[in-house]
Amino acid sequence: MIAELGAFALVLALVLSAAQSGLSFTARWRHDAALRGAGEGAALMAFAAVAIAFLSLMTAFVTSDFSVANVANNSHTDKPLLYKVAAVWGSHEGSMLLWNLALTGFGAAVVLAGRQLPVGLKALTVGVQGLLGLVFLAYTAFASNPFVRLARPPVEGASLNPILQDPFLAIHPPFLYSGYVGFSVVFSLCVAVLIEGRVDTAFARWVRPWALAAWSLLTIGITLGSFWAYYELGWGGWWFWDPVENASFMPWLVGAALLHSSIVTEKRGALAGWTVFLGVAAFSFSMLGAFLVRSGILTSVHAFAVDPKRGAILLGILAVAAGSGLGLFAWRAPVLKAGGLFAPISREGALVINNLFLATAALTVMAGTLYPLIYQAATGQPLSVGAPWFNLTFAPLMTAVLILLPAGTLLSWKRADARGAVQRLWAAGVLALATGIGVFALQNAKGAFAAIGIALGVWLIAGAVTELAERVRLFRAPLKEVANRLTGLPRGAYGMTLAHIGVGVFVLGACVETGWRVEAAQALKLGDSVQVGAYSLSLTDVTEAEGPNYSAERATVRIKGPAGDSVLYPERRFYPANRQTVSQVAIETHGPSDLYVVFGERREGAGAGEPSWLIRAYWNPWARMIFGGPLLMALGGLVSLSDRRLRMAAGARARAAAAAGAKA
Amino acid sequence: MSLLPKSRKARRRLMAVAVAAPILAAGAFLSVYAIGDGAVFFYTPAQARAKHVPAGRTVRIGGLVERGSVVKGPDGTVSFAVTDRIATDKVSFRGDLPDLFREGQGVVTQGAYRPDGVFVAKEVLAKHDERYMPKDVADALKKSGQWRPDATVSSTAPMVGGSANR
Repeated sequence: MIAELGAFALVLALVLSAAQSGLSFTARWRHDAALRGAGEGAALMAFAAVAIAFLSLMTAFVTSDFSVANVANNSHTDKPLLYKVAAVWGSHEGSMLLWNLALTGFGAAVVLAGRQLPVGLKALTVGVQGLLGLVFLAYTAFASNPFVRLARPPVEGASLNPILQDPFLAIHPPFLYSGYVGFSVVFSLCVAVLIEGRVDTAFARWVRPWALAAWSLLTIGITLGSFWAYYELGWGGWWFWDPVENASFMPWLVGAALLHSSIVTEKRGALAGWTVFLGVAAFSFSMLGAFLVRSGILTSVHAFAVDPKRGAILLGILAVAAGSGLGLFAWRAPVLKAGGLFAPISREGALVINNLFLATAALTVMAGTLYPLIYQAATGQPLSVGAPWFNLTFAPLMTAVLILLPAGTLLSWKRADARGAVQRLWAAGVLALATGIGVFALQNAKGAFAAIGIALGVWLIAGAVTELAERVRLFRAPLKEVANRLTGLPRGAYGMTLAHIGVGVFVLGACVETGWRVEAAQALKLGDSVQVGAYSLSLTDVTEAEGPNYSAERATVRIKGPAGDSVLYPERRFYPANRQTVSQVAIETHGPSDLYVVFGERREGAGAGEPSWLIRAYWNPWARMIFGGPLLMALGGLVSLSDRRLRMAAGARARAAAAAGAKA
Repeated sequence: MSLLPKSRKARRRLMAVAVAAPILAAGAFLSVYAIGDGAVFFYTPAQARAKHVPAGRTVRIGGLVERGSVVKGPDGTVSFAVTDRIATDKVSFRGDLPDLFREGQGVVTQGAYRPDGVFVAKEVLAKHDERYMPKDVADALKKSGQWRPDATVSSTAPMVGGSANR
């Protein structure tokens, strides 16, 4: 019964989305408030219907209803409740339902939170969002329905892949999808603006909060995924330039560019066309990601392998949605009037440079992701482009823009004094250079790259702190005034400082981890030990342990280190439902650094010798900063989002505009 | 200054191009330059032989792990044979095999040939469902006429790998 309810709610949502866009477009055309209200009501109901469908599927998973094909393929009665719930979005069909939930949810959010939008623009935005909902709901209902029943239900399900049974991966997709789909609002708003043919600074105030929210959620989603890969895949890597990772990284880069360009549009009225273009591009990249992951053309760590027919439909959706968005931009962008002028050396100029670098970086990531596919299609010869390629292309571009970043934040609007900015940064620069040179002199044969990276990280953090200190006139004004200025700063300023410090923290963590990681792998008999960095690890015991849906071999590894003795229990878990063995890594954190131990296979000794087990251990210095940095960036985004100006001023302007409209 | 266009709009456009062009060009140059080092080709053992892949070049070799070929040394090295049923390569790998590595199943290894013809793998990727075969391997086997359609590609099984000396 529950599956039929879900299937019905899904189709109902499809019809409501069609009504939402039809009513909203007609309302804009006829300036009819009643139709507009009906369109908004349909948007809210479409969200409610998808939520019912989603809860139905969740119920089917929680109650292990194996007559539903999707549940039978991805669940098992023995699975803990959390993973029964997480399995809802663990498959292709279920994840599309989550996508739709986010899409209609953001549509409802525009209706509820967009009171300050001019009515015509709001109706168009809701209408475009409805069109997106229509397309993706149709795809889900007709080509990837999660509620399909099985004629002969199995007694037991096939369970979820054990490596996906992990608390971090359980919450990773909701964040990632909220981020991906959050850009749909920006897309709809930009398309609406293009239809209206009018961009003003208030537009940037409306775009910016949505872009901030989507980008922050996407940052959290990517970080969770990366952290999962770090400790679950068992060899300590955290970013693989895997095509599916790139699929989430491209909208992130474009979203970051959008955040910065919308500041210029908001403050100075310039770059409006470019901001609209980025708004359309960000969601187009999200859709490209959805297509890449689901098309079955990639073999990757996280890809859903599915039949190519679905891939073709998704490619069609991508082509139509992104194509009409970009086509509309090409047609209507010349109508948008150019905004304020600025000198090349100015805050605007710095943000333009930031945007050019971020956009170029996104393009190189796209090239590296799509080139192997195109090459193979053209020549039939499989080819993969891996980390070395991205290290040579993406890294130099990002290094260049990050060197410029602190100076950019110190330039003033319109026309700035470059020498003044450089003078104010001398302390940060000296600190960064001294650290870099110091590291280069002290390190033993680790190469110059780590030293450059560390100098860059210090430069970014010191630069962000300098900028904040300049704002509050630290050391130049009495302490009381400094305190007053600190409390008076807008949240947006704190958000920027936090996010930029986050970039520096990430760069430091990534460089130290890559340059100074120590690893050891050795087959150990009971009582043997292995040395990794400053730590001595000895295998003292191997026991059996039982989990809810697995049985495990658990090693007892005693650690002697500078910080004292401790014990870790890495495991090898066997999941009978999948007939699969998965390593459970044991990690001990030492400040920001990790001691990372993997328990490997049992090896029988020669002749009647004792058995041994392969133990791999890594010392990953500052590894936590790799994940902490992006979380700081996301926090910065959320702090900026709470800035009063983004809400109040936009509201005041819209009310003034509405009053003016009423008079006319 | 006479070379600059007179209209303010055209000047701005020129300025935008002047700033954007070098950055885009740098990106394009790096992308093309890096392809030389960064692109890794995939071969099955028979294709690698036909193309005379030189020793030392990083490539991926894929095929099926020959049954009974896996030998685990006490020092952590593993050797096994990868076959496409036409030719077979001996592979040597130091490190932990992925949890999903099994004899008779598809595998992709990345590394380089030694001058003596043994393939030294730095990374071993395996997909862990016995019905699964890496797409590259399946395509290559289809091409060589060794494809068995009963080995269908399964759903939602992610590929995981193991690696050493990264």
